[in-house]
Amino acid sequence: MTATPVAPDKPQQSPRPAHDATLERRLRARGRRGRLDVRLSPYLYISPFFLLFLVTGLFPLGFTAWVATRQWNTITGDGGVAVCGATCGTTDPSVLANFQWVLHQPAFWDALRNSFSIFLISTIPQIVAALVLAAILDANLKAKTFWRMGVLLPYVIAPSAAAIIFSQIFSDQSGLINTFLGWVGISPVPWHANTLASHIAIASIVNFRWTGYNTLIFLAAMQAIPRDVFEASVVDGAGRVRQFLSVTIPMLRPTLIFVIITSTIGGLQIFDEPQMFTQGTSGYGGPNRQFLTVSLYLWDLGFNHVSIGQPNLGRSAAVAWLLFLIVVVFAIVNFLLTRRIASAGGAHATKSRTKEVAR
Amino acid sequence: MSREVSVATLRQIGGNGVANAAARKRRLAVTSEGRRPGWVSYTILTVVILISVFPLYYAVSIASQATTDTQYGVPALRPGSGLFRNLSTAFGEIDFLTALGGTVLVSAVCAASTVLFSTLAGYSFAKLRFRGRGPLLFFVIGTMAIPTQLAVVPLYIMMARLHLFGTLWAVMIPGLVTAFGVFWMTQYLEGALPFELIEAARVDGASMIRTFWSVALPAARPAAAMLALFTFVAQWTNYYWPMLILGPNKNAMLTVAAAALKGARFTDYTLVMSGVVLTAFPLIVVFFFAGRQLVSGIMAGAVKG
Repeated sequence: MTATPVAPDKPQQSPRPAHDATLERRLRARGRRGRLDVRLSPYLYISPFFLLFLVTGLFPLGFTAWVATRQWNTITGDGGVAVCGATCGTTDPSVLANFQWVLHQPAFWDALRNSFSIFLISTIPQIVAALVLAAILDANLKAKTFWRMGVLLPYVIAPSAAAIIFSQIFSDQSGLINTFLGWVGISPVPWHANTLASHIAIASIVNFRWTGYNTLIFLAAMQAIPRDVFEASVVDGAGRVRQFLSVTIPMLRPTLIFVIITSTIGGLQIFDEPQMFTQGTSGYGGPNRQFLTVSLYLWDLGFNHVSIGQPNLGRSAAVAWLLFLIVVVFAIVNFLLTRRIASAGGAHATKSRTKEVAR
Repeated sequence: MSREVSVATLRQIGGNGVANAAARKRRLAVTSEGRRPGWVSYTILTVVILISVFPLYYAVSIASQATTDTQYGVPALRPGSGLFRNLSTAFGEIDFLTALGGTVLVSAVCAASTVLFSTLAGYSFAKLRFRGRGPLLFFVIGTMAIPTQLAVVPLYIMMARLHLFGTLWAVMIPGLVTAFGVFWMTQYLEGALPFELIEAARVDGASMIRTFWSVALPAARPAAAMLALFTFVAQWTNYYWPMLILGPNKNAMLTVAAAALKGARFTDYTLVMSGVVLTAFPLIVVFFFAGRQLVSGIMAGAVKG
């Protein structure tokens, strides 16, 4: 039997009588079994995850790439290599035809612009607000749990449900916000018809749901910061704001990177909110595509749009790949930027400390 | 210096009497144990909580109106008297019990499966050494950047081929494991489970699986509870995939049922909002009772890397 799972070839058991052959055999068998146990177990433990992940995550990845090159219909199935057609003036089948077709669509570019706009309007205020809220919650409040639960409450509301509620609050005719604006003498804002206004409204749904969640993630990380770092900063004469900027933020770096990257990934994929924000039945980002996002466009192309073109899963898959590339580029840019921003304020001592905490 | 030590320091300073009052005040100003937030903090928090609660209140308020012309009337800020009538109409129209059953089933199965498999894999990645560990872990974390949309088309085709279109199986299968779960458990176990503990169990003659079961699993409990709740909520509030794959079977899950009600009855906002209230209500009740654990769980299972 080995002593540790880390080093499988540890010395054998305590001295044993050489004459007892049965015992020796038994011990050796046990040792062999144990070594096998040590060597195989890790693979055994990760295999259920990887097997399921292979089916639901990896295989689809490759399959999307394949579908993206084909003309694939929800009803008739695979229809051969994709053709771009009149849009790009060629009827030759090509593996890139779906991508070409998508890049020729004004709707795609609208969707891309809207996705970025909504993502920026939601993510930046959300993370700033979450950081400030976390700093407030980090203090010695009365009834801590009450405040924390209150902040987290919107997290259990489904985005689709929140979108239906907010669609009413932001109703163009006599929504709550417009009524309120009327009281103070401001003319009603066309929250659904205007592009920027609809983005602000949708971003507020996103912020409603995620600010509290991110706050608690930040709060958890803040509580892991050793308190003597704060004390040292006070001895050095730092005020509360300075302390927040030069101690708390740099110490939160790993969490900050995590939150920003997950927000980016989620933010560029917004679907539920714009789909449910529509007043009426068509879930297609407003009459003039004011709040059509890339995800919504993808859905519409492959599953919703019923016309001469027919739902085309191939084009949908092409949009999915384009979205993936954008997300990856953004995640990398974000990672590099965040690393720089978060480390700018920190002294060397704090930096090494962060690593210690982050371990 | 740990937090406990700084508390002790504070006590000591406190014990030194009036002479040190200034120093004590200064110190108290920094540490969370002593920093007494002023009314500004409480005001900000109160506003935030009002914003958190208000949309729910507003939904209930619209759902309680007696008339159906709320769309063009004055915003319903005060609850009306039609709440129970509207709720029971919505209850019938979305076949609430079927939808609730489907949602509970999918959420529970996905949470259980994600937690079990993520803990197993996370334990391996955090505490066991094996060939290929680094690249595999890197790979898992890398896949977290893949948008769900990338898998939607092929999963749809797969489910159709397997004749699972419109069933709860099709909703459930893609949610059985998540890369995030593995990342989360790996992170947590790396910090929370000392190697010495595993070694001790091994020296005592425990097999690998026994060690996992009686040493790693108990140590993983706070983060596992957290992951279970996250997964449960994520599945419960999931709309995109169920909406796609359930097709005409719209009453099989709550989010889809509420959305379908909006699609079918969009002029009758009292009814649509009743549906939203009905579908949001169960999880709010759960949150009311489990919220304390949820909140303390986030604190325990902090993402540290």
